[in-house]
Amino acid sequence: MSANAIPTPLRLNRTTGRTSSFLASSIGRKVVMALTGLVLFGYVVVHMLGNLQIYLGPAALNAYAVKLRAMPALLWGVRVLLFASAVLHVWAAVSLTRANVAARGIGYRERRNRESTYASRTMRWSGVILLLFIVYHLLHLTLGTVHPGFVPGDVYHNVVRGFQMGIAPFFYVLAMLALGLHMYHGVWSLMQTVGLSHPRYDRLRYAFAAFITALVVLGNLSFPIAVMTGLLKDRSSSRAATAARR
Amino acid sequence: MNLTLHVWRQKNAAARGRFVTYPASDVSPDMSFLEMLDVVNEALIAGGEDPIAFDHDCREGICGTCGMMIDGQAHGPRRATTACQLHMRTYRDGDEITIEPWRADAFPVVKDLVVDRSAFDRIVAAGGFITARTGSAPDGNAVPVPKAAADLAMDAAACIGCGACVAACPNASAMLFTAAKVSHLGLLPQGQPERHTRVRGMVAQMDAEGFGTCTNHFECEAACPKSISVRFIARMNRDYLVATLADRGEPASAEGGTG
Repeated sequence: MSANAIPTPLRLNRTTGRTSSFLASSIGRKVVMALTGLVLFGYVVVHMLGNLQIYLGPAALNAYAVKLRAMPALLWGVRVLLFASAVLHVWAAVSLTRANVAARGIGYRERRNRESTYASRTMRWSGVILLLFIVYHLLHLTLGTVHPGFVPGDVYHNVVRGFQMGIAPFFYVLAMLALGLHMYHGVWSLMQTVGLSHPRYDRLRYAFAAFITALVVLGNLSFPIAVMTGLLKDRSSSRAATAARR
Repeated sequence: MNLTLHVWRQKNAAARGRFVTYPASDVSPDMSFLEMLDVVNEALIAGGEDPIAFDHDCREGICGTCGMMIDGQAHGPRRATTACQLHMRTYRDGDEITIEPWRADAFPVVKDLVVDRSAFDRIVAAGGFITARTGSAPDGNAVPVPKAAADLAMDAAACIGCGACVAACPNASAMLFTAAKVSHLGLLPQGQPERHTRVRGMVAQMDAEGFGTCTNHFECEAACPKSISVRFIARMNRDYLVATLADRGEPASAEGGTG
């Protein structure tokens, strides 16, 4: 576009269709980011709540896993939805980030931030850490590929043994800190992006994001900590302990 | 007081720029930031040098012409203040001040601290006109406007288009500006007929100009000399979503009308 051309009011292109013009637009891609983020956020909350059953003992947790596997339509439906959401979330992030980086070819020598937060400025990095973690997490506790003591179906054993070995618990803790930053900014941001804003309720967005993020992160962090402090023990050792007590 | 300035100097749009250090001597605390630059320029002119080019017009904080990055902050350190209304009493003797132009590819540097902001004009133009009756002036209050809508529209209309939102945004996004322009007519009854085409047109133009996108840092609101709220961005997003969903995919003018 030449520097002085004043465009005529936009003739909305009827041939490209509203869906493709929406997805090509900045706001459209932001909405994709927000809605897929909402799916992933909802899953993370349910995932954490479901896993709290580890504190009910091996039988309860393994029965929960059996119950989920007994509903293949739900299991695979959720898996497909999560995979599609993750792919679209990353697509939106990459395409928007590229546009954002390209928008300022020459940067400032000096700049001071006033309103932005550490969480908001590190979304890209926390997002990359989470993506790497999700791949690792699936290989570790779902497929067992990188888990030396993996026993298919024995979820309790896999979790407890998994957190007793090597760098796994430390990577897990790091990923949960990244999740905390990513979720806090993401949860209230998605409301802003889809237009949920009102002077009376805006404060609640931050409170809700902080509360739900703290809940999920603390819940998730409790698992490796409980294993490392010996609160959760592997079944074989706990069985031996029970036998010894008799 | 005496200050040291590090100023971005760039001969023209094609030239490579660089920072040049200038002393600013005997600065009165009552001067505005622009008056301080005027004094520095007088010395430069007296010495046969090219003065520092910067945009300015009203010098009373209402026109939106001035604007520069002062120590990494758009319009300088004071909130809700344009560079022309920033006074030198904000600074202390011996301070060093870094002055840069707005940085965004959609705002190319014309010279020194002057950038070309016509991208903003094209966004406004892309919004089009409102349907208005020609002829004699309408009766006052013929169209009822709710007080709350009038107030909010006025808040949006307070935007002076200075570009500080783009300059302060880590992504060089123009969403606060565009949101203000979308909302200002979109809130009023007179703006309703074109509400959907306006928001889609302005957003399409904003994207085409090469601005970044909002990641909710809210640096724009903090930098805005008129304190335009980021709630207008949420409002624009909402309007854009509704406009897209409501698009019936039909030509604007149906054929076969007999009038």
